[in-house]
Amino acid sequence: MTTLPRRRHGSNKFMDRLEQALTSAPVHIAVIGIAVLWTIPTAGLLVSSFRYREALTQTGWWTVFQEPLNFAQYHLGNYVDVLTSQGMGQAFLNSLVISIPATIIPIFIATLAAYALAWMHFPGRQILFVSMVALLVVPLQMTLIPVLRTYNLLGLAGTFLGVWLAHAAYGLPLGIYLIRNYIGSLPGDLIEAAAVDGASHLKIFTRVVLPLSVPAIASFAVFQFLWVWNDLLVALVYLGGNQNVAPVTLILRNLVGDRGQDWHLLTAGAFVSMIVPLLVFFALQRYFVRGLLAGSVKG
Amino acid sequence: MANTENLFRVLSAIAAVVLGSGGIVILFFAANWLVDRLPKNIRPRVLPLVYLAPAVLLLFIYLVVPSLRTFYLSFFDARSQNFVGLANYLFAVTDRGMLIAFRNNILWLVLVTGISVGLGLIIAVLVDRVKYEPLAKALIFLPMAISFVGASVIWRFIYAYNPPDSPQIGLLNAIIVSLGFEPVGWLVNRALNNFALIVIMIWLQTGFAMVLLSVAVKGIPKDVVEAARIDGASELQIFRRITVPMISSTIVVVSTTIIVAVLKVFDIVFVMTGGLLDTDVIASRMIREMFNFRHFGRGSAIAVILLLAVVPVMLTNIKRFRQQEATR
Repeated sequence: MTTLPRRRHGSNKFMDRLEQALTSAPVHIAVIGIAVLWTIPTAGLLVSSFRYREALTQTGWWTVFQEPLNFAQYHLGNYVDVLTSQGMGQAFLNSLVISIPATIIPIFIATLAAYALAWMHFPGRQILFVSMVALLVVPLQMTLIPVLRTYNLLGLAGTFLGVWLAHAAYGLPLGIYLIRNYIGSLPGDLIEAAAVDGASHLKIFTRVVLPLSVPAIASFAVFQFLWVWNDLLVALVYLGGNQNVAPVTLILRNLVGDRGQDWHLLTAGAFVSMIVPLLVFFALQRYFVRGLLAGSVKG
Repeated sequence: MANTENLFRVLSAIAAVVLGSGGIVILFFAANWLVDRLPKNIRPRVLPLVYLAPAVLLLFIYLVVPSLRTFYLSFFDARSQNFVGLANYLFAVTDRGMLIAFRNNILWLVLVTGISVGLGLIIAVLVDRVKYEPLAKALIFLPMAISFVGASVIWRFIYAYNPPDSPQIGLLNAIIVSLGFEPVGWLVNRALNNFALIVIMIWLQTGFAMVLLSVAVKGIPKDVVEAARIDGASELQIFRRITVPMISSTIVVVSTTIIVAVLKVFDIVFVMTGGLLDTDVIASRMIREMFNFRHFGRGSAIAVILLLAVVPVMLTNIKRFRQQEATR
């Protein structure tokens, strides 16, 4: 096994390499081609967001590559403009204000429920779990009209509280499913030992179960956060026309509607709305993928 | 002045975040404290309630009751006052606009699912053989982090149209013009606009399909592939006879997931064309009935149809997912 390849490598190394390179060339061309093709749209947006308004409407963004290092053709003015006069700065804050509690609330509630479903003894436990997870199939479109009507009655339409609770509820079935499965697979001895030592459920939950469940919680957190941050539908329906509480997605969509040809605003605005998801994507790609795999069953 | 105003904005944002996130935690600990005051023999029976009540309440208020209510409203007129029987459903399956929405949805389902999964599978197999695999994968997967609205802006820019005598700033029209053709109004041409929108969804979903399928491809035992190679099987034969059959279960999960995502996509249509020029799909049509036409009966009926379309797909998906979990 070991002598044969070594001899071949010794004599024909160059020819081998050449042959390998030739046969694998189509693979490289295909992979690089697709990767570039997939990146061009976003790259074009990013480059354009730094170009001057007049340049944007007169020449294509690819013309900057005629002299890419000529920094006179770039500026940050579009970002200043879109953040201040177009309300994107406030919208960015709103998106944070919406997304953080809309992630933490369902995590907390789902983890509580998951703990009870996994380690407390009461009748109907399994049926309750199955019916909670079954709600994954309900598209949230099924709930929009009645919830909006109730919100209008209660004055919750156009409030942060309204969107937090709605997002929390829509994320719960997935969260309960993921976290219950994880908590349920923790070693039973550990929990029983704590119980024998006289620890209350509250202590077991906060001291033992919560710290051990971090991986499952992190996956769900990344998924839920991005889902809420990127959401347009829930914000559009429950926040309506209230510009003071509108998240980036809503402001961006209004920009498309009102200033559809102002590419200096649209490109910068789009990038402002994308920056947080992209950071999360690069920093937490592992959890992102894991959450995505698990989240593939979300309704 | 502007500075203090901004500071105030940031501070109130932080206050809102802390209040919103902390409120629920405080409620829970308060409930726990109350239960601890109860007689010892009742405590174990009450305690599960404290843990489960928030979840059960939220699910009831936001999912169970509204869904039943939507079903009920689908048999009433625009303002939910008069019972109209099946009229809304009849409208949904006979109205010209609705029929176009159904046609478009089928087009979306076939093209997005077929191309994303097919292309994702090919990339997953190819990328396994190059050294820069992580980078290539990250680039193709990246659109998955972008919102539908953001993606719509990105592609509106690609499809941008200028009259023939002025310079084209949209990439696609620039290419077409440089090849000697007239620029095309991708989003207004009724023969093309649906495909222009579908391309966006393919761009978003291919990376997702690739990542999941790549995990499956890597799970194929190396010796099986090696054995086939020694027996003289070509790479294409290996792909068709070994790779695809061995990851068929993942292919099904990925396909069903994309089908559900496509069925519910409304943002792309809503932002790009507003559902005009024959580009509506079921989900965007539902929102238009609700907001633009204020017809809550029809909107509800369309939502029910959407649910009926999603349920069978989701059931296969959850079943498959549980099988995978069980074998892992």
